[in-house]
Amino acid sequence: MGLKRRRALVPFVLLGPGLAWLVVFYAIPALTQLYVSLQEGNFEVGYQFTWNFSTYTEALSDYQEQIFRSLGYAAVATILCFVIAFPLAYFIAFKAGRFRNLMLLLVILPFFTSYLIRTVAWQTILADNGFVAERLRDVGVLGEEGRLLATRTAVIAGITYNFLPFMVLPLYVSLEKIDRRLVEAATDLYASRRVAFTRVTLPLAMPGIIAGSLLTFIPAVGDFVNAQLLGTSRQYMIGNVIQSKFLVITDYPSAAALSFILMAIVLTCVLVYTRVLGRQNLEEAVI
Amino acid sequence: MRGGFRNWALGAWSVLALVYLFIPIAIVVLYSFNDPKGRYNITWEGFTLDHWLHPFQVEGLQEALTNSLLIALLATALAIVLGTLMALALVRYGFKGRGAANLFIFLPLATPEVVLGAALLGLFITMGVATGFATILIAHTMFSVSYVVVTIRARLQGLDTHLEEAAMDLGANEWTAFRKVTLPIIAPGIAAAALLSFALSVDDFVITNFTAGQTSTFPLFIWGAARQGVPAEVNVLATALLLAVLVLMALNVLWQRRKARSEAALIEPRAVVAPGLAQ
Repeated sequence: MGLKRRRALVPFVLLGPGLAWLVVFYAIPALTQLYVSLQEGNFEVGYQFTWNFSTYTEALSDYQEQIFRSLGYAAVATILCFVIAFPLAYFIAFKAGRFRNLMLLLVILPFFTSYLIRTVAWQTILADNGFVAERLRDVGVLGEEGRLLATRTAVIAGITYNFLPFMVLPLYVSLEKIDRRLVEAATDLYASRRVAFTRVTLPLAMPGIIAGSLLTFIPAVGDFVNAQLLGTSRQYMIGNVIQSKFLVITDYPSAAALSFILMAIVLTCVLVYTRVLGRQNLEEAVI
Repeated sequence: MRGGFRNWALGAWSVLALVYLFIPIAIVVLYSFNDPKGRYNITWEGFTLDHWLHPFQVEGLQEALTNSLLIALLATALAIVLGTLMALALVRYGFKGRGAANLFIFLPLATPEVVLGAALLGLFITMGVATGFATILIAHTMFSVSYVVVTIRARLQGLDTHLEEAAMDLGANEWTAFRKVTLPIIAPGIAAAALLSFALSVDDFVITNFTAGQTSTFPLFIWGAARQGVPAEVNVLATALLLAVLVLMALNVLWQRRKARSEAALIEPRAVVAPGLAQ
């Protein structure tokens, strides 16, 4: 074999092992999922593949409430994350001065404590006999029987909390790249600060806004931990249904169908979102 | 004046956002010193160092933590090897299907964890593979690889290939050039990817929950305990892990600074000598 031919093979040799891993443990499972979702039967008698599309129609009609709730919670949490994160990212990028690295460290530090235990800590904070709930009852914000824990608010606040750093970091990265001279040029040319912000800063930050929103929305829509620990069955999301169907009820076909539906929803959202905001390549948007 | 107020409001908002991020962590640390009366470590009962002195007296906790650390180490090592090779191929070589490969590697990052976990469990059930330590390791390696590729690819993209060419012009073969030139340059990228991969693996609950079988890990232990009240020893271990990361980060900063200083000394000896001459 000639040297040139050998060199042409190098990238495939380098890619081979990793790609094989992803094919076997990502792509094939996804297809297996589709196969399982079209089966019929139950745990005792076993499952048969029968092109049973009714699992999909049943799953959609039985669990549309949880599906819409997941989308709603994830959308609200993503917006809240943006509202909290944008000023923070802006401050770190342009105003923090010598505190910049310290503040960035503080943003990523939560990643190094287990997110389960942080969510359990929210249980402690919001507990019915906890300090916060009692003070709120004292001042009358919360009624006598009012609760913080086990409410929709608690679940959405938990999701917002858990995925906030995923919003801050991409926003910071894209803001930090902005050449401040462009903003100065705009104000020199008599743009008001508001106009300079909406016409220069915001469009240049768009890749970060897209990436941050997707990185928040995707894990949020599939989350079940917050609904389980901070909510009740009335706040259950699609993730809770998939989890219990797979691991507790062992109704594999309908769990697989729901999981496939969730995947389709997420991919559709990603595509629509990136198209609407004018990004052809979704990968470019996220990374 | 208005600009002053704007900056002040921006700073105040930022501090509040950071406080929001830190309240639960403060609670976790604080309650590691609590002396709960019953099973529930929810109300403050009094200060004690007991849990810090005997963190492993809770049954099953030590085994869970050991599993988590071991899986994280192995998954990180595997993902780093597989991912670095892939990143090299994707940045350094033009070949047919590169765009598709990039997209494919990105897909796991865009898939909700519950879907990844459920799909893997579906595969294991269909194949009749018993779930346990090995299947957790497989799953963690799978999701870490994509993160590793993305992190290292970013580092490689900014790299000047002329340096390697120079090394090879001076008689180094490709392997030597890689080892002596490329590897040291991408080492910070590899370190960052390893830290990320380790953190993701140690903290993963959702995918592990699907692929663990009877094997326990630290997050699975917390999940199991959450229903009957999480023992304070869990707070101790979480705090200790956080401290370990902080120490590692501080060491890394010191190391980077020292390296920057010695590099500056090599490149610009005058900058170091000058203060001495001035006296």
